[in-house]
Amino acid sequence: MQDTKQNPFLKRPSKASRIEAAGFWLFRLATYLIVAAAGYIFLDIGIKGGAVIFKLTPPFVNVPFLTEWPETLDIFKMPANQDIKLETPFYERFKKENPEAVFQEKGTVDLVVFQSPEGVTHKVLASNKESTLADPAFQGWKVLPDKSTMQIFSFAKDTELKVGNTIFRSIAANNLEVVPLEHKTQVYAAGGIYPAIVGTVLLVVGAMIIALTLGILCATYLSEYSRSGPIINFIRLSIMNLAGVPSIVFGMWGYAMFVLLFGWNVSLMAGWFTLAFMVLPIVITGSEESLRAVPQGFREGSLALGATKWQTIYKNVLPYALPGILTSSIMGIARIAGETAAIMFTAAFVVRDELPWQVKQLTDFFFNGVMALPYHIFVVSARVPQNEYTGKVQYGTAFVFMVIVLAIALTSILTRSHVRKKYKW
Amino acid sequence: MSESKEKPNEKKQTTEDRYPFDPAENSAETAAATAIEVETLDFSYGSSKALHDISLKIPKGLVTSFIGPSGCGKSTLLRCFNRMNDLIDGTVVNKGKIKIHGVDIYSKEVDAIELRKRVGMVFQKSNPFPKSIYENIVYGLRLQGINDKKVLDEVVEKSLRGAALWDEAKDRLDDHATSLSGGQMQRLCIARAIAVEPEIILMDEPCSALDPIATMKVEELIDELKKKYTIVIVTHNMQQAGRCSDFTAFFYLGKLIEFDRTEKIFTNPAKQQTEDYITGRFG
Repeated sequence: MQDTKQNPFLKRPSKASRIEAAGFWLFRLATYLIVAAAGYIFLDIGIKGGAVIFKLTPPFVNVPFLTEWPETLDIFKMPANQDIKLETPFYERFKKENPEAVFQEKGTVDLVVFQSPEGVTHKVLASNKESTLADPAFQGWKVLPDKSTMQIFSFAKDTELKVGNTIFRSIAANNLEVVPLEHKTQVYAAGGIYPAIVGTVLLVVGAMIIALTLGILCATYLSEYSRSGPIINFIRLSIMNLAGVPSIVFGMWGYAMFVLLFGWNVSLMAGWFTLAFMVLPIVITGSEESLRAVPQGFREGSLALGATKWQTIYKNVLPYALPGILTSSIMGIARIAGETAAIMFTAAFVVRDELPWQVKQLTDFFFNGVMALPYHIFVVSARVPQNEYTGKVQYGTAFVFMVIVLAIALTSILTRSHVRKKYKW
Repeated sequence: MSESKEKPNEKKQTTEDRYPFDPAENSAETAAATAIEVETLDFSYGSSKALHDISLKIPKGLVTSFIGPSGCGKSTLLRCFNRMNDLIDGTVVNKGKIKIHGVDIYSKEVDAIELRKRVGMVFQKSNPFPKSIYENIVYGLRLQGINDKKVLDEVVEKSLRGAALWDEAKDRLDDHATSLSGGQMQRLCIARAIAVEPEIILMDEPCSALDPIATMKVEELIDELKKKYTIVIVTHNMQQAGRCSDFTAFFYLGKLIEFDRTEKIFTNPAKQQTEDYITGRFG
């Protein structure tokens, strides 16, 4: 009491001040918790995925992982002192991928390349050239001028090796007398994710083009043309509700509608439209908001000069709303790029041997499924036995995936800042 | 108008010279000298009535100001003249007509787009488009499909001179319009309106956001513009109405209380309400 008399502003403990302090720490801790969780996720993927993607030796990037098809990994033990033959390019790769093994090179033998009238090639040892030419099965085949060699090598002791299935098959086919001591396989643990990268980029870009076109048309109608009333409110509510529909339901709907009813099969088209409809609520809501944010004065000023409504919208409203529309599209990209459930039934193939554009006719481009990064992660993580090898693929894929989403979003952000600079008010 | 042309130019024309009639009078001469004729107009926003039984004739080639307290309907009436109210849902002309050149502008055959090319508007909040000064002025011409650089250049100079902005803006035509000062922006909006050569210019409180110097410049401009255009100006500033208008209409609660020559309204109003408002007893 003495103190308070001397200094009336002295801090006094009270319930309110205790709540204040507790509240402050609660808010602060909640925020830090989120930051910590987000940081952990990014660090985990960044470190583990980065280890797969980047290397310490030139060219510093794991190029095969980005440019090759997924492959089965063969892990096997080769017996000592057995001559093994392998085509030279494969041998180089084999050696590179097994740096611990000690290869004893025993020289090379020449190969001759035969080509069938249909263009199929077959390689035989140079010593077998004459007998092959005499073989009735090779009637009509011609000898290509290509020079090719096979490396002969052996191991001083039993050696554990691992290599992609293509090379393993070549070893097995050329060395029928050598039997591996142990052999196990792991699907998708070798090779790369190139077709999945291509598929995801195609899916996202195509779906965004459809979603932005439909979304801007719809938002323009809602914001500029429609008169407010119960019907428009109902439409708006329906669009908002669409945002809350679980993605698996979108997947089922897309499957029933595009895959079965329209007969598009599991295809890029079906995936595009399913994803586009998933992202439409975000695009429409965002676009409508940014259209509304354009000052009414721009519309009035334009109309007062004798512009039609469309001229006004096209010349004096849409350009200024574009940055906001692009912002909504960035959020949309993030949502659909990672979508697995929706493309599982509609667009994603577990594996496809050609690239989407390697097709006989143009329509096949649209009506064939593609591989996609999120679905690949799902398959590798949940559909095949887990071990150290698949872990690498998962994290590597996740890392590449994040970088791609970031890159697409970044393009959008750059466009936005460019447009913003052009039209500021 | 015809008699005014015969007078020597050096002698300053008075309002009487240009419109020697009583605005209440109905004759062939007054009809010829009238730009906008409002006949017993009732107008409402949805269910709330904004204008009651308005009748007035706005003289050609003069400045007419609308005064009155907020919500009295003066802006609503102004925005009827170029059908800007069409933009607001539920607006209805219940009764009466607005005639420009003897044509009822609310009749079905009238295209609001064509009307707005003839009846320009300057808004309370200056609204230059976020483009260059040049592009702002040629906006209306580009809409009409005029893209010839020579024609556009001429119009830009003419309009900027007309809006007394040429000297300040001629070296920075490609600058962003928002880099101008508030008063310059409003004059730019006037230049933009006169670029499409309207006959009538509507001004909705054009100086309410401007400082006194910028206001003075706009007022001088209005005085200059009335040689070519009919101007209707809504203002909250009674001194402004007194300074720059020839006729004044006083509105109160959606009704036209009094419409007469500005000197008369400000010196000897016929209605008590008008006198009370002008002397600041209410509003």
